[in-house]
Amino acid sequence: MELPRYHRLRGPYYRLEGRACPGCSRRFFPPRSVCPTCKSGGLRPFAFCGRGTLYSWSHVLQPARGFASMAPYTVGMVRLEEGPLVSTQLADADGVELAVGMPLEMVTRRIRDADEHGYIVYGYKFRPLLMATRPRP
Amino acid sequence: MRDVSVIGVGQTPVGEHWDRSLRDLAVEAIAEARRDAGVDRVDALYVGNMLSGELAGQENVATLVADAAGLLPKEALKIEAACASGGAVLRAAYLAVACGAHDYVLAVGVEKMTDVLTDGVTAALALAADADYEAAHGITFAALNAILMRRYMHEHRASHEDFAPFSINAHRNAALNPRAMYRQPITVEDFIRSPIVADPINILDSAGISDGAAALLVCPASEARRARRPPVRITGSACATDTLGLAERTDPLVWQAVADSARLACEQAKLKPKDIDLFELHDAFTIVSVLSLEACGFADRGSALKLAAEGRIALEGDIPICTLGGLKGRGHPVGASGTYQLVETALQLRGEAGPAQVKGASIGMAQSVGGSGSVAITHILQV
Repeated sequence: MELPRYHRLRGPYYRLEGRACPGCSRRFFPPRSVCPTCKSGGLRPFAFCGRGTLYSWSHVLQPARGFASMAPYTVGMVRLEEGPLVSTQLADADGVELAVGMPLEMVTRRIRDADEHGYIVYGYKFRPLLMATRPRP
Repeated sequence: MRDVSVIGVGQTPVGEHWDRSLRDLAVEAIAEARRDAGVDRVDALYVGNMLSGELAGQENVATLVADAAGLLPKEALKIEAACASGGAVLRAAYLAVACGAHDYVLAVGVEKMTDVLTDGVTAALALAADADYEAAHGITFAALNAILMRRYMHEHRASHEDFAPFSINAHRNAALNPRAMYRQPITVEDFIRSPIVADPINILDSAGISDGAAALLVCPASEARRARRPPVRITGSACATDTLGLAERTDPLVWQAVADSARLACEQAKLKPKDIDLFELHDAFTIVSVLSLEACGFADRGSALKLAAEGRIALEGDIPICTLGGLKGRGHPVGASGTYQLVETALQLRGEAGPAQVKGASIGMAQSVGGSGSVAITHILQV
C-alpha cells in the first residue's frame, strides 16, 4: 500500500472512524461524503464503539498476493452495534467455533505482509469478544 | 432511438492459450464476426476488457486491437466495468448505433489471464472490489462470495451440496460446446470432494481463470437484412449499479443492481421473466447463479436451489441457464465473458447451438455482473 494512501486511511483503520448523516442520522462505515438515503452532504466524523456480531465468514485458503504468510486466514462481515456491516479479517479465531451472531470486538493488528515499500500496514480486525469466550466462574 | 441488430458473431475457444496474445485472440474473434456477417463496413470498435494493464502490461488496448485488426483510423475505445466489461461493451455499441452516431460497430471482449500465476490473478480480480475496505484486508473475490454463500446457507438452511446442480448443469452443457474450456461432466461426488478456495466455496463452485475473445457486429435493424446470417434484435439493454463495497448494502443477499438491470431490460422489451426462453447468467460462483435467479424474478427469495434441484435450469427445463457451459463450464476470461454470453445467446436464437440447442428459443437474456453485484448489465435478444 502506498504511504499517502495508508496515511489517509488512519482514521478508519485505527479508530474505526466513519461518518454520521446530520440529515437522517444514518451512520456509515467506511466514511462517505454524501448520504445515499437523504442525499445530504456535510456528513460528520463518527467513531464506532468497535463491538458487533458476526454476520458471516470464510476461511481463505487461496490468498491474494501480499497475504501469503497469513494464509489460511479468516475473513468475515461484522454487524456493528450502531448498524453498519463491515468487511474485515477475524483475529484470534483459531480453535474457536464461529457462529452467526456471536459477539466480536475490534482490535488493531497487522493486516497484510510487508510489501515492497517495506513498512507494516496496521488496521482493524475483529476477534471473538473476550468476555464471551472465557469460561464462566 | 433506432432499433439495433446483431448481424455477426465470432469467438475463440476459451482456454489456456500459452502461444497466443491478447491481440491475437481479439483479432481472431473480430475476423470471425466479420466473416459471419459478410459485411465489411466497420465505423467504430469498442473493446471490453478488465485487466490488460494488470495482467498483460498493456493499456491503450482499444488502439492496439484496432491496429492489429486493420481497422485504423476508426474510432476505438476501451470499455471497462470489471467482470461486466463484456456486457458493457455491447451496451456501448448498442447506444452508438441506436443514437445514430455510428452505423456498424464492433464490440469485442478480450482477456488474457493465464500468463500470470494464481496469486497475481487473485489480486488483480480483487481490483473490482473496494481497494481500501475489501482488497487491502485480504478479502478475495472468492472470499466475498463465500461470505454470501455461508450467510445464504444460514438463512435458508441449505447445505453446500445443494449448490452442486448449478456446477453439474454448467459442465454438462459445456461438454456440448466445442469452444468451452471444461468439457468433462462432473458428479455430485466430484463437487463435494473438490478442494476448498475460501470455504464453503470450492474449485467446482468457481469459474476458472482463462483466456479468450468474443465479438459481435451490430448495425441498425433496418439494414440488418444485408447480413449473411439471420439478424438478432437487441430489444432490451440496461445497466444498473449498487454499492462498491458488499458490506454497505442493507441486505447483501439482495442483488439490487442485478434486479434493476433485468427489470429495466424487460420493461424496454415489453416482456416478463416468464417470457424468456433462456438466460445466460453470470455464474462466476454457484452462489451468484442463485442470487441472480432470485433477483431477476425467476425464483422467489430462498428458492433458487429448489429450481436447480428440480432440473428446471437444464436445456430442456423451463428456464435453461448456462446453455453452452456458462462461466463455470465455458470458462471465465473476465472482460470477455459478457461477450461470450451474448454470442452464445445469438447462436441459440439463430438455431445454431448444435447439440446444446434450446428448442424453439426466440427470446434470450444475457446478464453480465461486475464486482460483488455492484454493476449489472442485462441484454435481451430476440429473433
